[in-house]
Amino acid sequence: MSLISARNIQFCYDARPVMNDVSFTVEESQIVAVIGPNGSGKTTLLKMINGTLLPDAGQMLIDDMETGRWARRDIAKKVAIVPQETADVFPFYAEEIVLMGRFPHLGRYRFEDQKDYRIVREAMEKTDTIAFASRRFHELSAGERQRVLIARALAQEPKILLLDESTVFLDLKHQSQFLTLLRQLNETQKLTVMFVTHDINLAAQNANRIILLDSGKIYAIGNPADVITATNIEEVYDVKAGIDSNPYDGSPRVTLLNH
Amino acid sequence: MVEKASKKRYKPPQTTEDQRRRKTPIYRRVTLSRVLKISALMIFILLALCLISLSVGAVRIHPGHFLDYLFNAVSGRFSSSEEELILFSVRLPRIIFAGIVGAALALGGVVFQALLRNPLADPYILGISGGAALGAIIGIVAGAGAFYLGVPLLAFIGALATVFLVFAVAGGARKTLQDNSLLLSGVVVNAFFSAAILFFLSIVNSMELHSITFWLMGDLSRASAGEISVAAFCLMIGFVLLYAQARHLNLMVQGEDTAEHLGVDVGRTRCILLIVTSLIIAVAVSMAGIIGFVGIMVPHFMRLIFGSDHRLLLPVSALFGASFLIAADTIARIILAPAELPVGVITALCGAPYFIFLLKRKAY
Repeated sequence: MSLISARNIQFCYDARPVMNDVSFTVEESQIVAVIGPNGSGKTTLLKMINGTLLPDAGQMLIDDMETGRWARRDIAKKVAIVPQETADVFPFYAEEIVLMGRFPHLGRYRFEDQKDYRIVREAMEKTDTIAFASRRFHELSAGERQRVLIARALAQEPKILLLDESTVFLDLKHQSQFLTLLRQLNETQKLTVMFVTHDINLAAQNANRIILLDSGKIYAIGNPADVITATNIEEVYDVKAGIDSNPYDGSPRVTLLNH
Repeated sequence: MVEKASKKRYKPPQTTEDQRRRKTPIYRRVTLSRVLKISALMIFILLALCLISLSVGAVRIHPGHFLDYLFNAVSGRFSSSEEELILFSVRLPRIIFAGIVGAALALGGVVFQALLRNPLADPYILGISGGAALGAIIGIVAGAGAFYLGVPLLAFIGALATVFLVFAVAGGARKTLQDNSLLLSGVVVNAFFSAAILFFLSIVNSMELHSITFWLMGDLSRASAGEISVAAFCLMIGFVLLYAQARHLNLMVQGEDTAEHLGVDVGRTRCILLIVTSLIIAVAVSMAGIIGFVGIMVPHFMRLIFGSDHRLLLPVSALFGASFLIAADTIARIILAPAELPVGVITALCGAPYFIFLLKRKAY
C-alpha cells in the first residue's frame, strides 16, 4: 500500500488532453519534485492528488481510497497545497489567513480555541511570518504572502504537502529556511512533500525522487541522478544542457549551454 | 469562556507603532465572546432606534407611556385609545417588518459579495430583486393575492428562477464562477425584467398601477401580521443556516480553488448559500417591494469597521441592516408627515453619497 498511487490517469480540460496514461506511486516521507516545461501538466497533477480535479479515466488513490470518495474536509486534513497565489478582494489579516488552515479541523459553529491558536503560532514562527501577523494580507510583498500561505498549509497539519512553485518569490534566506524546514518536517514528522518547480537544480538537491513530465506524460521517474541527464533535458525542454555533479552534495547540476 | 489557567495563553499579535501612526485598522481576533459583545451592542442600538421610531411621527407618543401601554396590552385591558392603536397596530408592526427586511437585504448583500468575490454585488444588481418583483407583479395581475401567501410564493419562485437564469447565462453553476460574467449576466437579466415589469405596468388599471408603483419603490406599511410572522420565521431559519456557513464564506472569498483545497465542498456550499439567500431575499422583496442600496451599503460599511470575517460580519450586518432600514423608514414617515415617502427613496439618497465617499477613500 502506497500513500499516493496514480493508475493510468487520463484527464482533459475541454477535450484538450493534459494527462495521458500517468502512473506512479509515492511512499510515506518521500520528497518528490515534479518538473517539466510549461503546460506539461504539473499543476494539474497536484490538483488531482488533493482531489480538486478528478481523473476522467484511471484512478488516483490516497491511502488506497479514490480521491473522489474522500470527503473534502477529510482530504484537507491529509493533503495541503500551497497555491501560487490567491484572490484578495476583501481585506483579511495575515493571521486570519493562517487560521483558515484550521478549517477542516473545526466543527460547524465552532471558533478556534487555544490549541488552534498555538498551532497557527507555531506555523507562523516556522515560516518567519509572526512579525506581520497583524498586517493586512494584501499589503504584504509577494514573498511575504507566499510565506503566509505556506504557514496556512502547515496549520492544516497535513501528511502530504503539495507545493506549486512556492519558492519563486522567496529571497535566498527564506528559500534556504523553507527548504531546511521541509527536510526537518520530513524527518521528524514523516511529512511527504511533492513540489512543482522550474528550478531543476533545486529539485535535484532537495528531492529523493523526480518526476519529469512532458506534455501530460511521465517522461522519466526515479532518483535525481537517473532522471536529470543531458539527453532527458534536451529531449523534454529542447535546450542544450551540460550536466555535472554538484561538488557540495553530489547531486546532478544543470548548466544551460548557449550557442 | 473558561480556559485552563495553567496553559500558556497565546496573545493576539500586537499592532505596531507604525500601523497606529498610519491609522490602518487594528487587527483583533474574532472570538465567540467578541461576536457576542459586538452583537449585544448592535442590538442595544437597534432597540434604542425602535423606541425613537415608535415615538415620532404624525402623532408624537411620549416614550414614558410605552410601558403602561405594553402592560395594558399584555394584561388584555385595551383602553383602545388612539395612541395605543397607533402604537400597536401601525407603528410596531411596521418597525418589526422594516427590521426584518433590512436584515434580510443586508445578509443577501454579504453572501452575494462573498460568493462573487465582488464588493459591488448585491441581490438587486444580480437581478434577484427584479425577478422577485416580476413574480409578485404577475401574481398581483393574475389575482394570486386572493390566496394566502400567493403573491410572496410567486415572488420566491421568481427569485429562484432568476438565480438559475443568471447562472445559466453566465455559464453554468457547476463550473468556477467567473465573477464578471455573472454580474454582467445579472445586468442583462435585470434589464429584461425591467422591460417585463414596465409591460405589466402599462396594461394594468390605474388602481393596481398605483399600488404596484409604490411597491416598486419599497413600501413597508402594508404587511399583515401573518406575513410578518412568516418573514420573521424565514429570516431566523435563514440566518441559522447561513451562519453555519460563515467560515465557509471566509474561504470562498479566497477563491473557490483555495476553498476547495482547504476542505470546503464548494458546489454544495454554493448551492446552500444561493437557495437560502434567495429565500430570505424573495420573502423580503415580495412583501416590501424593491429597496435598493441596503444590500450593498450595509455589508461594506460593516466590513470597513469590523473586518471581513463572516462569523462577525453576518450578525453585525443583519443587525445594522435592520437598524438602517428602521431609521430610513422613520425618516420616510416623518419628513413629509402626514404624507409618506417610499422608503426606497431614502435608502437611495443615503446610498449614492456613501458610494462617492467610498470611491474618494478608495476603500471599497
